[in-house]
Amino acid sequence: MQTHQFDAIIIGAGGAGLMSALHASRGVKTAVLSKLYPTRSHTGAALGGIGAALGNLEEDKWEWHAFDTVKGGDYLSDQDSAAILAREAIDAVIELEHFGLPFDRTEEGKISQRRFGGHTNNETGKPVRRACHAADRTGHMILQTLYQQCIKNDVQFFDEYHVVDLILNANRLAGVVAVQIGTGELHLFQAKAIIFATGGWGKVWDVTSNAFSLTGDGAAIMYRNGFPLEDMEFYQFHPTGLYPTGFLITEGVRGEGGVLINGRGERFMEKYAPKIKDLASRDVVSRAIAMELRAGNGIKGGPYLHLDLRPETVNRYLAEAGESRRIDAHYIETKLAETVDQGRTYAGIDPVTEPMPIRPTAHYAMGGIPTNNDGAAILDGQNTVYEGIYAAGECACVSVHGANRLGTNSLVDLVVYGRRAGKAVAEYAKSASFVDLPADAGRKVEAELNRIRTGSGKTRPDVLRRKMQNMMTDNVGIFRDAKGMRAATEMLGELKETFQRDLSIDDHGYKFNSDVLEAFELGCLLDIAEVTALSAENRTESRGAHAREDFEKRDDANWLKHTLLCQDDSGKVNIQYKDVVITQYQPKERVY
Amino acid sequence: MLDVTLKIRRYNPEKDKKPSWGTFTLKDCKNTDRVLDMLHRVKYEQDGTLTLRRSCAQGICGSDAMRINGRNRLACKVLISEFKEGQTIQVEPILGLAVIKDLVVDMEPFFAHYKQVLPFLVNNNPPPKDGTGRDRERLQTIEARERFDDTTKCIMCACCTTSCPSFWANGEYVGPASIVQAHRFIFDDRDQALDERLSIMADSDGVWRCRTIYNCTPACPRGIEVTRAIGEVKIAIQTGKRN
Repeated sequence: MQTHQFDAIIIGAGGAGLMSALHASRGVKTAVLSKLYPTRSHTGAALGGIGAALGNLEEDKWEWHAFDTVKGGDYLSDQDSAAILAREAIDAVIELEHFGLPFDRTEEGKISQRRFGGHTNNETGKPVRRACHAADRTGHMILQTLYQQCIKNDVQFFDEYHVVDLILNANRLAGVVAVQIGTGELHLFQAKAIIFATGGWGKVWDVTSNAFSLTGDGAAIMYRNGFPLEDMEFYQFHPTGLYPTGFLITEGVRGEGGVLINGRGERFMEKYAPKIKDLASRDVVSRAIAMELRAGNGIKGGPYLHLDLRPETVNRYLAEAGESRRIDAHYIETKLAETVDQGRTYAGIDPVTEPMPIRPTAHYAMGGIPTNNDGAAILDGQNTVYEGIYAAGECACVSVHGANRLGTNSLVDLVVYGRRAGKAVAEYAKSASFVDLPADAGRKVEAELNRIRTGSGKTRPDVLRRKMQNMMTDNVGIFRDAKGMRAATEMLGELKETFQRDLSIDDHGYKFNSDVLEAFELGCLLDIAEVTALSAENRTESRGAHAREDFEKRDDANWLKHTLLCQDDSGKVNIQYKDVVITQYQPKERVY
Repeated sequence: MLDVTLKIRRYNPEKDKKPSWGTFTLKDCKNTDRVLDMLHRVKYEQDGTLTLRRSCAQGICGSDAMRINGRNRLACKVLISEFKEGQTIQVEPILGLAVIKDLVVDMEPFFAHYKQVLPFLVNNNPPPKDGTGRDRERLQTIEARERFDDTTKCIMCACCTTSCPSFWANGEYVGPASIVQAHRFIFDDRDQALDERLSIMADSDGVWRCRTIYNCTPACPRGIEVTRAIGEVKIAIQTGKRN
C-alpha cells in the first residue's frame, strides 16, 4: 500500500477541519484528507449566523453568551468550555472578517447581527442581536473563506480520500488508512497526530437536514477501536425542516420575525415559551411542534405546521410587541434569499406571500468523540488524554452544547475549537515522534472492504438503511420510552447481523466504487445508531433534546453527568460517567 | 403517482471501452421527487454500480451537476414535475471534463483554474483596533458590500464553465466560474490586489476567451448573473478601476 508521512493529518474539510488545518500547518507538516472535495462539506449548508458578543447593534457580553449556552444545554454543558466558546468567539469572528468573509454590515459599516433562539440579554431576558450573518448563507461564506485561506497558505489536500480506519501500534496512534476513491487503492498515512473533523450523522434518521455524506465515519472508527463516545443520547431535532424534504429553514427566519402557526391559526409558542415564544431553544420548539401535531393541530390535519414569514404577519406581531421595526418583501428576498429559494424550489410556495410547511428534522449531534478543551481525545471520566488523537466540530464532544445546542453556536464551535485543536496539534507534533506502522497496517479494514465488495447475499444496503432510519425516527427520535428503545436496539442488532452475513452488492470493481463505500458508511451508521439507542435507554431522565415519556423530569441528583459508552474487543458495552464542569451557574429550571 | 423512465449515460472504466446508454423505469414516483431521488432509486433498487457525486441534496454543495435533458442542472434541484408524464429523462455527465465513471467527471482542471485566479482576500494593512487595543473588523459600507453580493453565491458546481462552448473548445480557458470567483475579490473594496487580479484576468486564457455566448447565466443554479460579472471584469481591465 502506498505510504505517506505527515506530522499532522486532518480528517474532514468542513469548517472545523479547514480552521484546524490553517493553524496546524503554520507549525508542522500537515495534510487534510477529505472524502468530498472540501467546498462540498456540509458547513456550507449552515444558514443563519455565527454567534459572537460583538455588541455592534446593542449591548452584549460574552458572559451572557456563555450563560445562554449553558442554559441552552440544559446545564449539561461544561461551563469552562462554554466560557471559552463565548469569549473566543469574538476574536474568531473578527479573524474570519480579516480572512475576507463578506459579512452583512450595519449602517456604521460594522458586522451586522440578528436575533436568534436562546440568545439573550441576561439582564432583561429579551432576545439580543448576537448572530453575525452573511445574508442567510453564513455557513457557505465561512466554508469558502476558510478554503480560500488554505489555498493562500498552501495547505496540502488529499481530495476524495475516504478515511476508513485508525492505525494503532501497541495501543499508540501510528496513523490512518484511507481509500483513494478514484482508484479504490488503500493508502497508509503515518502521522504523529490526527484531528477528526468528520461531522455528524443525521442519516441515522429518515428526515434530516444533513447531507448524504454525514454518516458518522470518524465517531464510528473511534468506537470500533475501543474508544468511548460521549453523550450520544443527545441528538437535536431542528424545529423547522421544510416539509416534506426535511431541509433546514433557518432559525434566522424566526430571528427576523417569522412566527409558527398551527392548523387552528394560533401562534402556539405563546403557550410553551411565554417570554420569548418562537425564539425559545430548539428542543423546546421541536417538542412543542411534536405535541401540537400529536394533538391533531397540523395544517388541515396533516403532519406539518406553518412558519409564516409574510411581511403582513411579521409586522402585525412586531406591532403587537411594541417594536418599531418593520419588514417588506424586498428585505425577505435579500436577507433570506436562500430560504425563499428553498420554499420556491422544493415546496412550490413563495414564502413572501404564503406560509411555509415545516416539521422537525434530525439536525445536530451534541455528542461524539469526547475531548478536553484543546481537542485532545479523552478516554474516561478522569479526562485521561489519549496521545495523538484530537477531534473538533460536530463529531467532537467537549462538551460545549451539553444536552441541546443553541443556533449559531455550531459555526462558532467550528472556528474556536478548530483553532484550538490545530494549535494544540502543532504544539504536540513539534516534540512528538512517529510511531512505526505495524506490518499488518490496513489489512483488517482492507479485508472488511473486500468482504463488502464480494457480497453476494440477498439484502440490498438500502433495505437495511431504511429499516434503521424508520426505527430510529419512531423510537429514538423526539420522544422516547424504554420499550421503544429496547425494540430499536434489538432490531439494530439484527440489521448488523444481516449487514455482516447477507449483503448484496452490485459493484465489484475498485475505481470510484460508491456501492462499496456507501455500504461502509451504512456500517458506520448502524454502529452510531446502536450507541445512540443504548445511551438513550440508559439515561432515565429527560434533559435538553433527550425527552423520555417514561421519565419526564430532569433529574440533577442522579443524572447531572456525561455518558461515556464504549465497547471492548468482544463487543461488550461499557458505560462510564464524567462530571459536568460547573463554575458559576448552578442548575436551575429551564424556562423560556 | 407516476412512472418515470431514465436514460442514463453509463461508462465503467474497468469494463467498458466506450460509454453507452442504460434505460431504467421507476414506478410510484411523486411530483415532488427530484432527478437525484430517481438516480438514487435506480442505484439502490436496480443497479448499484450507478455512480454519481452528491451530498447535500439541497442545491448548496454543488456536487451533483449533470446534463439533464441536455441542460446543465443540479440533479437535486430538478423536480420531475418539470417533465411531461411519460417523457424520458436523459441524464449525462457535464461536458468539457474527462469522464471518470458514469456521471462522475474529473474536476481537477476545474479546481486548478480556480486556484489560478488568486481566490483569497489580500489586505496587508494592520487590522483596525478598538479603544482597548483589541482587533476589530475592517469597516465596509452596506453599498460596498452589496457591490459584490451576487458573485459571493458561487458554489463551484461547474454548471457555467461546462456549459461554455469556449471552454469546450479550449480547456485552458479559466472559464466562467473562475471569473466569477475573481469578480468577488475584484469588486470587494477591502481587497488590495486589484492590479494583480486584473492582470491574471487579462491573460491569454483569461476573460478575453469569453465571446459572450451567454450559456453560463441560464446554467447557474444559484441565479448569478455570470455574463454580467464577466462583462464587469472586462470593463475593469479596460479602465483599471473596480467601479
